[in-house]
Amino acid sequence: MNSQWEAVIGLEIHTQLSTKSKIFSGAATAYGAEPNTQACAVDLGLPGVLPVLNKDAVRKAVTFGLAIDAEIAPHSVFARKNYFYPDLPKGYQISQFELPIVGNGHLDIEVDGETKRIGITRAHLEEDAGKSLHEDFHGLTGIDLNRAGTPLLEIVSEPDMRSAKEAVAYMRKLHELVRYLEICDGNMQEGSFRCDANVSVRPKGQAEFGTRAEIKNINSFKFVEKAINHEIERQIDVIESGGKVVQETRLYDANKDETRSMRSKEEANDYRYFPDPDLLPVLIEESLKDEIRATLPELPDAKKQRFIDQYALDNESATTLTSSRELADFYETVVKQSGGEAKLAGNWLTGDVLGALNKAGLEIGDCPVNAERLAGLIKRIADNTISGKTAKQVFDKLWNGSDSADEIIEKEGLVQITDMSAIEAIVDKVIAANPVPVEQYRAGKDKALMALVGQIMKETQGKANPGEVNKMLIAKLKS
Amino acid sequence: MSLTANDVKKIAHLARLGIAEQDVEHYAKDLSGVLELMTQMGQLNTDGVTPMAHPLDQMQRLREDAVTETDQRDHFQTIAPQTEAGLYLVPKVID
Repeated sequence: MNSQWEAVIGLEIHTQLSTKSKIFSGAATAYGAEPNTQACAVDLGLPGVLPVLNKDAVRKAVTFGLAIDAEIAPHSVFARKNYFYPDLPKGYQISQFELPIVGNGHLDIEVDGETKRIGITRAHLEEDAGKSLHEDFHGLTGIDLNRAGTPLLEIVSEPDMRSAKEAVAYMRKLHELVRYLEICDGNMQEGSFRCDANVSVRPKGQAEFGTRAEIKNINSFKFVEKAINHEIERQIDVIESGGKVVQETRLYDANKDETRSMRSKEEANDYRYFPDPDLLPVLIEESLKDEIRATLPELPDAKKQRFIDQYALDNESATTLTSSRELADFYETVVKQSGGEAKLAGNWLTGDVLGALNKAGLEIGDCPVNAERLAGLIKRIADNTISGKTAKQVFDKLWNGSDSADEIIEKEGLVQITDMSAIEAIVDKVIAANPVPVEQYRAGKDKALMALVGQIMKETQGKANPGEVNKMLIAKLKS
Repeated sequence: MSLTANDVKKIAHLARLGIAEQDVEHYAKDLSGVLELMTQMGQLNTDGVTPMAHPLDQMQRLREDAVTETDQRDHFQTIAPQTEAGLYLVPKVID
């Protein structure tokens, strides 16, 4: 970005709460059902029906509020947001306006090693809309109302972010948090976690905000960064060429990597909110807050700090290992079952295991090597039964089979040679057979040693401890 | 505060209400009267009074999170003007 300009970014994130039934009706919320088979009379907005609020949606919203250290409104009110669109059958969305359930809170993000606190203005409960299908139905639009009435928690940040990178860090942190709390499954492909970004630019040092544009439809971390960067560039271009940014909604087109104007705001955003007479104010008692607070899981930041303190992990490893509850639990199981090999377990998980999962496109929950089997491998590295190099071979076999590490080591005869006289014999043999590198090393060319070590490891089929081999070889060459 | 004919037309459009041209002035007068009353009420001193969100002095009851509805799509769709492949069909929506 041109350095005279500063970007100002705020995010609105819609999270679908993982309840079984809808926020105001007893219809199922399961994803992927046949169209309109999970849309009941309440969801369709048929005359004479009344919404009744789902207790679990309220609990999940309160859970989130407590986790971001926010005020929870003792009285919270639902309001009607009025607009017309075919996937909104009532002609209004039940949302919250003046008294949202979650007030001011915050979330700390880390960018380039710096911690920054991002304010969360509010989080409110509302119902999701249905889906419009614009494929060709003889020039008509198809409407599926299964999603209508799915509970949403809309989380609105302060305009505290100054780069696309910070926005992505915030979004990731929030994604991690809602999954830790088990209030949202975080599935972005299925639309469980969606992001709109408000972006504006201003000359550096100016206190007032510039005119902002809202970018909709950005549903992956990668696209959020690209869409925001693109929008920042676009606004700077507009201003530098003498134009003015107009307040509008823009849609991100991932294929073209650009945002384009979605609709003009000449009459939009006049939602005429008013309290919904069908719903009474919601009372959140202190006792409910206390009860939920008592069941909150250890949160990502606290867990990360504990991992650093308890397992002596570096910041980067601790960040990676606490990026999801599943991964953190997996790690702690491995540590426990390997007899406390925290460092080794951390290296293996963040390195080989995550690498293999990534390559296979799998999540930790689907890892073919469970925590117990991985711990079996770690134990044998720690007690020097196998070398680190052999361990990689064993890991491949663990990944592709069902044997335990001990079974693999035994069947394949991979036990590290600990008999020093056997190693010494091989070292002597290799020295005798390779006079050239031996001379080179003695003449001061340290690199020549590598060739000799390589030969010895080959001779021992990788079963010697390379550290020991190195030591013995140097001692012999220098004598 | 009084409403103009244009205000009335704008409000009618937002609410998707069709109103006859000859009634516009009449609505403008009536609605202005309502707003006038509001203005009068707005002059009352309400310091220390908590705004009311609902005329009933009660709190919302909550339901347990359980699926209680069954699929009644075929039943509901008998009153829809047009359906196909389980979808409700509506005039093309252009974004």
